[in-house]
Amino acid sequence: MSIGVILLLVLVVAAVLVVAAYNGLVSLRNQVRNAWQQIGVQLKRRHDLIPNLVEVVKDYMGYEQETLEKVIRARNQALTATGIAGTAAAEGALTGALRSLFAVVESYPQLKANENVVRLQEELTSTENRIAFARQFYNDMVMRYNTKLQVVPTNILASMFAFKEEPYFEVPAAEQEPVKVDLR
Amino acid sequence: MVKTPCPKCGYLNPAAAACCTLCQAIFRAPEARPRRVPGGRRDFYSEQAGNRRLSWLLLSALVLILGALGYAIGGAYGSARSGLVICLALGALSGAGAYLGGDRMLLAASGAREVAPQAEPQLQNLVEELCVASGLPKPRVYVIDSEAPNAFATGRSPARASIAVTTGLLKKLNRDELQGVLAHEMSHIRNLDVRFAMLVGILIGTVALLCDANLRSGRIASRRRSRGGGGALILLALVLSILAPFASKLIQMAVSRRRELLADASAVELTRNPLALASALRRIGTDPAPLGAANRATQHLYIVNPVKSFGMDSSALFSTHPPIEARVRILEAMA
Repeated sequence: MSIGVILLLVLVVAAVLVVAAYNGLVSLRNQVRNAWQQIGVQLKRRHDLIPNLVEVVKDYMGYEQETLEKVIRARNQALTATGIAGTAAAEGALTGALRSLFAVVESYPQLKANENVVRLQEELTSTENRIAFARQFYNDMVMRYNTKLQVVPTNILASMFAFKEEPYFEVPAAEQEPVKVDLR
Repeated sequence: MVKTPCPKCGYLNPAAAACCTLCQAIFRAPEARPRRVPGGRRDFYSEQAGNRRLSWLLLSALVLILGALGYAIGGAYGSARSGLVICLALGALSGAGAYLGGDRMLLAASGAREVAPQAEPQLQNLVEELCVASGLPKPRVYVIDSEAPNAFATGRSPARASIAVTTGLLKKLNRDELQGVLAHEMSHIRNLDVRFAMLVGILIGTVALLCDANLRSGRIASRRRSRGGGGALILLALVLSILAPFASKLIQMAVSRRRELLADASAVELTRNPLALASALRRIGTDPAPLGAANRATQHLYIVNPVKSFGMDSSALFSTHPPIEARVRILEAMA
């Protein structure tokens, strides 16, 4: 075999490796974006559930109109919020309002015995979990993607084709506060 | 029912809960124990890759052992080559059968029935939540009518997977504990443990079948023995037939125990709630109800071995699962 043939083979192998690494980066970036969309899907699920919940519990909760109104207000704000920071803050407020509502429901025996309430509570618990899991999954994907951008040899490729690091999802400040429950 | 209010958020939890259902705050402070997670900190991508690699290795070993057995047994009967061909064909046939229809066979044998999309909303919700957490497609959900709390996963790939739980599990565990158990099963699917276990199972089954057949017909073979070359092969066939089942069984059990620990660890990666899984394991392990549908062929699939009950001292070489106490301790150390 001549030198030329060997060189050609090396070049072909190198090209295949570069293409594979590039495609890997693109697919990972798309997975990160898809994971971000999934958070939105789960948030929408929560928005859709809340009117049902309010409808079912409002007759029982004569003294707790304030808690209910807070939930409704928070939902409407979350629906109209724009921008990543704005959405995060509004959703955080909604999470807080829902938690207070749950805590209040616990103190109403008729409510806890109501089949519809039990079902809705299960749905909302599940939705809260899904939102948390979707965020967790997004962050896991971002970590994988960002790591890929930083390690040798893909970092060379990443800087050549201007792949940018994605931001992590951070828990909104409103969700970090402890829940205040006012039981009169 | 007695309820314990969460000190952090005030949510009233079931008395047995290890942590708050609402805010995930942990109630009991676990004792400080040395951290020892099997396999160290590895993500599931490397686990998948490792399992794929091991699967190929195992497949090659299967072909080799089968070939050697076939060659030796065939040689003892006069034709080494046809023995080789017959054994490999047998292996390929059972392998293809298990790969294509193994999950359905298993579910049918366990008496599992598929859950309708509208039925069992909590179970469906829990599975869907874990799909969000793991980014996997939703597996089919089955229920086994049995008081014994237990669960298993099957299916050759994440796209074609099933999870089966007993009605006892749904009744006796709270939401968080159920989540832990289902996360353990999802981890088996995600780490490709199911396909791996299937391959190992086929290896064991075919080897055992051949060795049995050879040992049973040993007398005929010894009567036909004539030339020197055949004698060596007969001896080889005999020794292989005695040793191979033991060796393969040992490998299977060692692999199975490791995969269980790994699935526990990956479940925690999904739910970030090790104490719930620990309390679920304890509850499943101490439950007295027997699981009628389980037997020695399917015992290694369940989250806790349904056939044998384990104490701390019974981590024998031939057990399919690590002792529950050890698993609980490792989980508590993660909290």
